[in-house]
Parts: sequence; structure tokens; C-alpha cells
Amino acid sequence: MNQALTSKRITLGEGGLTLVFTLTTVLCVYAAIFAKDAPFAFHAALGAAFSAWAVFAIITRYSRRTGLPPQEINGVPNYNLGPIKFLSFMAMFWGIAGFTVGLYIALELAYPGLNVAQWVNFGRLRPLHTSAVVFAFGGNVLLATSFYVVQRTTRARIAGDLAPWFVAIGYNFFIVIAGTGYLLGVTQSKEYAEPEWYADLWLTIVWVVYLLVFVATLMKRKEPHIYVANWFYLAFILTIAVLHLGNNPTLPVSLLGSKSYIAWAGVQDAMFQWWYGHNAVGFFLTAGFLAIMYYFIPKRAERPVYSYRLSIIHFWALIFLYIWAGPHHLHYTALPDWTQTLGMTFSIMLWMPSWGGMINGLMTLSGAWDKLRTDPVLRMMVVSVAFYGMSTFEGPMMAIKAVNSLSHYTDWTVGHVHSGALGWVGFVSFGALYCLVPWVWGRKQLYSLRLVNWHFWIATLGIVLYISAMWVSGILQGLMWRAYTSLGFLEYSFIETVEAMHPFYAIRAAGGGLFLIGALIMAYNLWMTVRVGESSEAQPRVALQAAE
Amino acid sequence: MADHAHHAEIDKVTGTATTGHEWDGIKELNTPLPRWWIWTFYACIIWSIGYFIVYPAWPLMDGYTKGLFGYSSRAELAVDLANLDKVRGDKMAALATAPLAEIEKDPALLALARAKGKVVFGDNCAACHGSGGAGAKGYPNLNDDDWLWGGTLDQIEQTIKFGARSGHDDAHQGNMPAFGKDGLLTKDQIVIMANYVRSLSGLSTRSGVDLAAGKQLFADNCSSCHGDEAKGNPELGAPNLTDRIWLYGSDEATLIETLTNGRGGVMPAWTGRLDPATIKAMAVYVHSLGGGK
Repeated sequence: MNQALTSKRITLGEGGLTLVFTLTTVLCVYAAIFAKDAPFAFHAALGAAFSAWAVFAIITRYSRRTGLPPQEINGVPNYNLGPIKFLSFMAMFWGIAGFTVGLYIALELAYPGLNVAQWVNFGRLRPLHTSAVVFAFGGNVLLATSFYVVQRTTRARIAGDLAPWFVAIGYNFFIVIAGTGYLLGVTQSKEYAEPEWYADLWLTIVWVVYLLVFVATLMKRKEPHIYVANWFYLAFILTIAVLHLGNNPTLPVSLLGSKSYIAWAGVQDAMFQWWYGHNAVGFFLTAGFLAIMYYFIPKRAERPVYSYRLSIIHFWALIFLYIWAGPHHLHYTALPDWTQTLGMTFSIMLWMPSWGGMINGLMTLSGAWDKLRTDPVLRMMVVSVAFYGMSTFEGPMMAIKAVNSLSHYTDWTVGHVHSGALGWVGFVSFGALYCLVPWVWGRKQLYSLRLVNWHFWIATLGIVLYISAMWVSGILQGLMWRAYTSLGFLEYSFIETVEAMHPFYAIRAAGGGLFLIGALIMAYNLWMTVRVGESSEAQPRVALQAAE
Repeated sequence: MADHAHHAEIDKVTGTATTGHEWDGIKELNTPLPRWWIWTFYACIIWSIGYFIVYPAWPLMDGYTKGLFGYSSRAELAVDLANLDKVRGDKMAALATAPLAEIEKDPALLALARAKGKVVFGDNCAACHGSGGAGAKGYPNLNDDDWLWGGTLDQIEQTIKFGARSGHDDAHQGNMPAFGKDGLLTKDQIVIMANYVRSLSGLSTRSGVDLAAGKQLFADNCSSCHGDEAKGNPELGAPNLTDRIWLYGSDEATLIETLTNGRGGVMPAWTGRLDPATIKAMAVYVHSLGGGK
């Protein structure tokens, strides 16, 4: 050990992080002891344990390593795959957790008796579900694929030594804090931005490091140009940072307590909330996953991207127009009419820029359509693009005020979100993970394509059940709410509309159950790919390097 | 792009040139924008500009562009509400002033009151009494002719207005005492009493229970409210114990619980929350559910 110490230097990152985490350990212990409320004490204790573990892990790693990993080995980039493996595993773990909670709350809606205790009532599990699928599952997929794609398409090892690990583990620690907080009743009650101030602060730090790692990797690229997938990743990372800061300025009641109050008030708060909420869809669930689509579809189909020009135009049009569309969540509210008009019209103008991605995704298949018969992974990704096209048509349509007056507050919205979430985000993520896991673990192929096929059909059936049940239920609900008798009184009381929803809620839960079964099949398949898959060492990945 | 022009090649499948860039084996075709795509995009933009001209759209230093017709969603709402008033007709005014008995005699007014009452009932009463007024344990069924506080139109209106044990000064008062908890009766006496009450409705009783003693206990402790015949008293909210209708249940255990701990369910006062015309409409609706006297 002493010999090792003399022969190697502590990096700035190792020294700095050790210092920072030592300090946060002390701070968190203090906060845990003097906390004003029990959940905050619990979270501070988790923070202390995490920080102490981080110090231990950094020191252990330092004592074991000889030098720093080289940037290249024999002229071939020495890609950093460790964080990607961790993130892929976490994506699958949170995915199954999130789908399970989703199934449970779907059943709670159909059978309210399942609300058996405060920790598992609908109000607490619902944000747990949304955050688990969007930020935990989706977020880990985005982190994993972005770390992979940015390295492969720049031919450079990812920037930083500890930084990528800091982002990967730090982000998942944020998820643990957010998720346990929901169960304990800690929330700032802003949809998709429920975590309280201290979780928000931690996420901000992690996210800024993510941005720096990504940009630094782009800056040391060996390719002359930046690939389109990286534009989308960068737009996603940058905009999410801005949205997060804009929607979360809060004043904590105490620096030792979990409760805080938001700086925005009244309709401004609503406006900020949906500027954030809609662009979380736009930049997290659209731009980020388009980046995945732009790498994994051409790669898997072994075809060039359909149109470079379309990718440029639709990228800039998409990011310029998306940011205006939020007010369509607040039609016919206290929001001024002019703001509603802008939200609606920009949503309409967004239709074609969104479809640009669909065209580029589908048309990349020209010359490779036959592969859909034999490759269920590619089929999954192509179907995801079809769902993307469907929900990006449905979205602008629902943003039209006349349509919105029927659809708003109904299950139609829930159906719309899930055709995007299950169909687009879910399937493109599954497709990407099916590609990524054999690649990063150095396996020749997946354990079983047959199981992928089963996953595809079971999950597709689940999605169809889910969204058609919600369409029928939502439109029925909207029509019942606005039905008047000939005497000029509402025809149905609210509870009668709830009763009418019951069969559709049961069908929706069945659809969600199928989707979950598909994901379990996938987890088994990926696990077996890593465990028993044939190594691709004989044919190293470098052989597939751009041959020029 | 120019410096890479020499990499550009023609894709054999589509016949389109690539851009000459390549990343990790991925190339790009230089396909022009699809015409239908760009024209649809333009059409959406032009439509939006048209919408900006017609409707309120852009913020200014002082206010906002009002649009050609000065549309506002608040004015639209006012028009909708005015139309609704027109549909409901001038009978609405009569509903506010007419006495309850008169409403029941005028078929048009009655239909209006019941329509209004049904909506208000669904939003305010259904949570406890059920959407059809069938009630639940502790919440009376409003479809039968058994009324704790009286089933005439005026009595129903009175109950809705001020509630029972609601805290309102004019609310119905009167509790079922906690005979066991307060030491008024012993545990044995309560068992006897529970069985005696069951016998009043012709329900089976536990063998060996001295019903004659029960009768005496009833006369001493219960008849002042429930009456000598146990037919109840709507003045005090004391239920009829002989009609086989039970608010909390007729099994021995439930009756022992009732006798031991007493009962005092709360019906909120609606006066102040709903206007008098609405309460009247609700009274008419409840009265018409089936058991009105």
C-alpha cells in the first residue's frame, strides 16, 4: 500500500470528492440528529450512510488501482463501460418496480379497497409510479445510452474518471430519496416535480456534473462532426436543467425540515408548473428518446439515417416550438386567454417537427424492412416509432381548445400519456437495452430472441388494452360530465361517472399486468444473456469500428 | 461538409447520396425534406397566424392583442350560463318563492325541483346516503318510509337545513345514551335488553334470557324516548324498534355495542352552504324518493 501510494498520485476528483463527501457525512449526521421531522431525519441518515460509503468506495478504489485507465489501447478508444452496466441494471430494476406500482394503483382505481394504509394509498403511490417509470426507468435508460452513444459516436473515452460514476450513482441516490419521500408523505405537490427542496438541490448538482461530463466528452471527440443523437441528448440535458431550476425555487420552512414553500404563486405557479411539466415530456421523454432512436435504429437495421436535412430542420423546429406548448395544460382556467392561444397554436405547429423524427426513424428501415420478420428487437423499436407518431398527432389534437374541453381532466389524457409512455418510451427503451446489454457485456447475442418475441407480443397486447380502455373511458367520462337534461340540469352526478368507469379500469389494469409480465420476461432474458451468453471476445467489438 | 465531400457515396437501395459523414458505422442519406411534410408544416404555421389574428394572442407592453372579435373565455362562459337560464325557464324564480306544498302540486315546478334536487343530492349527499339514497350502516336509507326525524316535506327540509347533532343551534338534538359505558346498566342487563329488543321485531332470542325482565328494563330505561310500544319518536330522533329497519344492525353484538356505547350520528347543516331554493329542491327530491309522508 505504501509503495502504491508513492508510485501514484491522487487525482483532483478523488481528493475533492473524498473531502466533499466527508463534509456531507458530518452535515447529514448533524441534520439527522437535529431534524425537525422524522422523514427528514430518515433522509439525512440515508445521506450520511451514502456519503460515508462514497468516501470508503473512493479510498478503496484508489488503494486498488495502479494508474488511471488509458484513453486508448493500441489506438482503439478504451470505452468506459462500467457506469453503463450499472445504469442498465438500475433501469431494468426501476422499470419493474415502477410497472408494478403502476399495476397496483390501476387496481386501486378499479377496487378502492386496496387503499389499505397511508403508505400505499393512491395519493402516495401515484407519484411513486410516475417518478419510477419516467425518472428512474427512463432516466437510467437515458443516462446509460447517452454514456454509450456519446463515446461510440465521438470515438473518445467518456470524460472524467469518477465523474461518470458520480452521475450514475448520485442520480440513483436521488431516486431513492424521492421515492422513499413519497411513501412517507414528503412532497411539494407539483406534478412530476414532487421531490422536496433537498432532493432538488442534490439533483441539481448531479445534473450539472452530467452536463459537464457530456460536453467534455463531445469536446474531446475524434470525429469532425457531432452526431444527431448527441444534439438531442445535449438538448435534453440542458433543457431539463433549466426546467428543473425554473419550477423548483422553494423556501424551506427550516434547513432541518422537509417542508418548503414554492416561490411562485397562483396562476404564475400553474404556468411554471406546466411549462415544466410539458417540457419534461418534450425534452425528457421526446428529445432524449429520439436520441436513442437516432443511434439504435440505424445501428440495428444497418442502414443509413433517412435524411440528414430532415434531422437538422426537425431538431431545431422541435426544440424551438416545444418550449411554448405548456399552457395547453391550462385551457379554460385562470390563465389569460392570450397565453392559452399561444399554448394551443404552438402545439399545432409542433405536429410536423415531431413527425420529422418519426419519418427519419421509419424511413431508415427502407431496404431493411424484411428484418422486421426476423428481428423482434428491431420490430420493437419500429413499433415504438409508430406509437411516437400516433401520440404526437394525438397531442396537438388534444391541445385544440374545442377537443380539450372534452378531453381535459378525463382518462383520455391518461390514455394519451400511456400510448406515449408504454408504446414510445417503453418500447424504444426495451429495444435499446436489448441491443446495449450484449454490447457492453461483450456477448455475441441475446440469450433468446424467442423470449424477445414473446415480450413484444404480450406487451403490445397490454398497450392496446390499456389505451383503448382509456380512450373509451375518457370520452365516455367527458360526455357524461357535459350531459344536460332537457330541463337544463346536469344529467349525471360525479359518482355515477365513476361507476361507469369501473369496467374500463379493470381492463386497464389487465393491460398494465401484461406490460409488466413482458418486462419480467425481458429481465430474465437480459440476466441470462449476461450470465450464460457466449462471449464475443473472438470477434472484438473494435472489428466493427467504422472501417475507413 | 465540403471537406468530407469525397466520402459521399450513393446508397444502392435508395439511389440517394450520403452526406459523407460516418459515426460508429452510421451514415446519413442526404434525402431532401419530404414535400408533404414541409407543406403540412407551413399549413400549420399559416393556420396559427390566422388564429393569432382572430383570437387574443400576443402580450403587449400594456395588455395583449385582443383579436378581431374581442373574444374572451369569461364572456363565453357568461353566454353559456345565460343560455342555461333560458333552458331552465322562468320557473326557476318560482322555485325560490313557492312554498313546499305548492311545488308538489305544480307538475312543472315539481319536475324542475326534482331535476335540480337530483344533481345537488349527487354532489352533496351521495357520499354518505349513496347515489340512490339507499344509505349504509349509520346512514339512513331515504327510500323507505321509516324516518328518524319525520318524513313530511317540512320535516325533511328542516333536517336538511340544520342537520342532526351538527353543532347548528337549530339542529336536531338527542342521543342514544351509553348505557354500558356510563354505568346505567350492567353487562348482563345489556344482554337481556339486546335480546328483548330483538324480540320486538320477532327476531330469535338467545335461550335462557329472561325477556320479562327485559320488558321491565325497557319500560324503566328506554320507553321515555322510544315509547311504551317501542314505536319511536321523531321529535327525539328515537327510531321505531318494531319495524325491522335497523340503522346500525340487528344482530346481538351490534345491539350490545349500541346499548353499551350509545349512538349519535351526525347529519351536517346545509343552510349557509346551499341557498334556500336549492335546499327546497333537495327536500322535494328526497321526499319523492319513495317514502315521503
